[in-house]
Amino acid sequence: MAMHKISVTVNGAARAAEVESRLLLVHLLREVFRMTGTHVGCDTSHCGACTVILDGEPVKSCTLLAVQADGCKITTVEGLEQGGKLHPVQEGFTEKHGLQCGFCTPGMMLSSVALLERNKNPSEQEIREAIAGNLCRCTGYVNIIKAVQYAAEKMR
Amino acid sequence: MATPKTDAKISGMGHSMKRKEDPRFIRGQGRYVDDITLPGMLYMDIVRSPYAHAKIKKINTEAALKIPGVLAVIDGPTLEKYKLHWMPTISSDTQMVLPIDEVMYQAQEVCAVIATERYIAADGADAVDVEYEPLPPMMDPFKSMAKGAPVLRKDKKDQKDNIAFHWEAGDRADTDKAMAGAEVVVTENIYLPRIHVASMETCGCVADFDSAQGKLTVYMTTQAPHAIRTVFALVAGHVGLSEERIRIISPDIGGGFGGKVPVYPGYVIAVAASVVIGKPVKWIEDRMENLQADSFARDYHMKVELGAKKDGTMTALRIKTVADHGYSNASANPSKYPAGLFSICTGSYDLKHAFCEVDAVYTHKPPGGVAYRCSFRVTEAVHAIERITDSLAHKLDMDPAALRMKNFIKREQFPYKSVLGWEYDSGDYAPALKKAMDIIGYDALRKEQAEKRKKGELMGIGISSFTEIVGAGPSRDFDILGIKMFDSAEIRVHPTGKAIARFGTKSQGQGHETTYAQIVAEELGIPASDIQVEEGDTDTAPYGLGTYASRSTPTSGAAASLASRKIREKARHIAAHLLECSPADLDWEPGKFFIKGVPQKFKTIQECAFAAYTNHPQGMEAGLEATHYYDPPNLTFPFGSYICVVDIDPGTGVVKVRRFVAVDDCGNIINPMIVDGQIHGGLNQGLAPALYEEISYDDEGNITGGSFIDYLVPTSLESPAWETDKTTTPSPHHPLGAKGVGESATVGAPPAIANAVVDALRHLGVTHIDIPITPEKVWRALQAKAAA
Repeated sequence: MAMHKISVTVNGAARAAEVESRLLLVHLLREVFRMTGTHVGCDTSHCGACTVILDGEPVKSCTLLAVQADGCKITTVEGLEQGGKLHPVQEGFTEKHGLQCGFCTPGMMLSSVALLERNKNPSEQEIREAIAGNLCRCTGYVNIIKAVQYAAEKMR
Repeated sequence: MATPKTDAKISGMGHSMKRKEDPRFIRGQGRYVDDITLPGMLYMDIVRSPYAHAKIKKINTEAALKIPGVLAVIDGPTLEKYKLHWMPTISSDTQMVLPIDEVMYQAQEVCAVIATERYIAADGADAVDVEYEPLPPMMDPFKSMAKGAPVLRKDKKDQKDNIAFHWEAGDRADTDKAMAGAEVVVTENIYLPRIHVASMETCGCVADFDSAQGKLTVYMTTQAPHAIRTVFALVAGHVGLSEERIRIISPDIGGGFGGKVPVYPGYVIAVAASVVIGKPVKWIEDRMENLQADSFARDYHMKVELGAKKDGTMTALRIKTVADHGYSNASANPSKYPAGLFSICTGSYDLKHAFCEVDAVYTHKPPGGVAYRCSFRVTEAVHAIERITDSLAHKLDMDPAALRMKNFIKREQFPYKSVLGWEYDSGDYAPALKKAMDIIGYDALRKEQAEKRKKGELMGIGISSFTEIVGAGPSRDFDILGIKMFDSAEIRVHPTGKAIARFGTKSQGQGHETTYAQIVAEELGIPASDIQVEEGDTDTAPYGLGTYASRSTPTSGAAASLASRKIREKARHIAAHLLECSPADLDWEPGKFFIKGVPQKFKTIQECAFAAYTNHPQGMEAGLEATHYYDPPNLTFPFGSYICVVDIDPGTGVVKVRRFVAVDDCGNIINPMIVDGQIHGGLNQGLAPALYEEISYDDEGNITGGSFIDYLVPTSLESPAWETDKTTTPSPHHPLGAKGVGESATVGAPPAIANAVVDALRHLGVTHIDIPITPEKVWRALQAKAAA
């Protein structure tokens, strides 16, 4: 299998790796870089547990090859807290009980962060649309929406 | 519940304390099974059968074994050498771990490839070539139970037919007589299809056999680690894995809902591989394996009959069920109740005559009959009684709310002995329904519906007034594989007044680390933030049967309460020693003992804790700790009334849930925020099977709904803005008056939605639609009406 040298910026830090063509981005993060906050919940790009932000856009890292991320900036859940201060979305999820088992939470938060970066004042419907690619089996979504609204308020 | 007894600093019962587990999850620092990596760890991938029924002629492994990094292929004959190719199910049936010569369901495990890396293991599985001779599969339970059907379980010597078990409750003759004498009888054939819990985390494990010490550690997605340890010891004791040499660690679990109770073949194969190879072996299912091979729920074909007087008084209920259990009865029900607690089917109504029976049937489908967040078949029971109640209302042209009010068990009848043998601990049903009707504006909605109907618009209002039965259970009646269904708590208070509390249950998102800390805080006055809660490690936690069937608060929650009270009693003696008085002279308020009438003379619980290690009275054991194994005297019976409003597009048949009001009563509440969250999630898992989710098979045994492409877990777009409220009727026998809540909404919601849809269509002659109520089903019903 052909190997490729790639460089990515993960949560502000430059990282390099030599990877097989077929290595998925989610496995680069989880198994090569040992950042296990990004989860795998399906194999058909439906669940969104693997969502990360790639050059400003939320993407499903199980559906991208690591080589496709060469030269890109990636934000994962591990990069949300800055200087010991939680991101407002992280704060919102705990304040509004927007998580239970926690498995979908990293992906759900990153889709929410990406939404709030392009829309400071989303309506409930806009929030629902933004997280529609992220499945949650525990919360019924109501409190996730409240968490995003809490974060939007804080970020304005 | 009244105002909390403790202040926010202590955060005992009634405080919406923020969850103690959240800080790690929101930082991506949870530790799920797939996050665990051990030195030298190998990976396992499973080869699965494409056929529902076939002879295995040959497994060709040469090509796989030639791939660099592939170390071994484990098949049935490999395991047979150790007599590990079969295992018992939790229901005392048997199940193949790996087959010798015949596969019995599509996606069945055929062999497993062990390799140095995850991708190489998958390559190896791909390279294994299995030669099959396809055989005709039996996919229809009715054909399977018919006389002369070929016997599927030829491995079971005494098995002469395809009946896994027959179970019944109630008096058949008496019910037949009452039914024959009923002024009105309504009948519906109701099918609840196969569905799958689809927790966001699939199943998996890391099996780590330490050959030097002969000790096996398994990190495993399990809701019941202690029971699993015992099962492993029973299955593998003969190869040296006795129980003290097995440690099961259930780390953070990404949702369970019943799907992580059974032992799946993958776990056992990974353990065998680790023992044989001497290295840690990781196995993580992918989603398709999870949906296609793991235990399913439901698959209940019910004939439901309700007899009544013309004035609407219900008189008799009769239910005959055929349950498709697949290839093996791998359900996780208590031994005495093979069909779970289905006999709660008389529900919230004062029925004097009832009989129900279940025939469980083998077919060539994956084994099971486990839960989907549904309290041991309670969802099936609730769907039956709540749907047939609406049928009766329609038949008598009565309002479904009025019919329910008329038949409810009255407040003064509790504790209520049901005709099928349960003693409902407490309840007050009418106020819950009244509250739901007030919140949703029931009368105005009925007026709106009448207006819309005139204009040809389709709108429906559906009610479900369910009674749950949870908290299994009293040891006189409840065991799994002989192990009684108590549960436990062990609490140690440290010298500085902080504490650690360990439990036999295992949270999968329910927030036990917070809820249990609050219970201990309530009882001892130690701030909940000072109490560390641990579960899931069988080397450290006290024995218990685990978390499912909404049993944690009713059992381990009660144990936490009673263990705390033992500690408080000891602390009282220490306080008396410190204050130089008699223990009887002391009064307690959360956090301190004080001399009666002299509140300024007190000792805090923290001072008592310090003294327990530094200055304990002569003759008293040092230390401040207690363990309690709680054997509940009865089950608990949460209840609620749900009302759903749907709008239906007559052109497409698409059902939209406009509003859904849930009024729940789960007794006294520990953490209102968490309880509300449990109800929201349960409601979504009620919506899911009502409108979207189904796993079905074609005649050849091919699965449909085997991936998230066609198994439709609701997203944020389909899920309504749930509206919740409560009434509070404490359990009279639980130490805290709590009842359990995790599954109430999953149990209660589906018939509310189904009833709303049928209500929208009833003027067209529709009396029933099976769930999931897809646009196609509604559209066909509308077309049929248009044609007629």
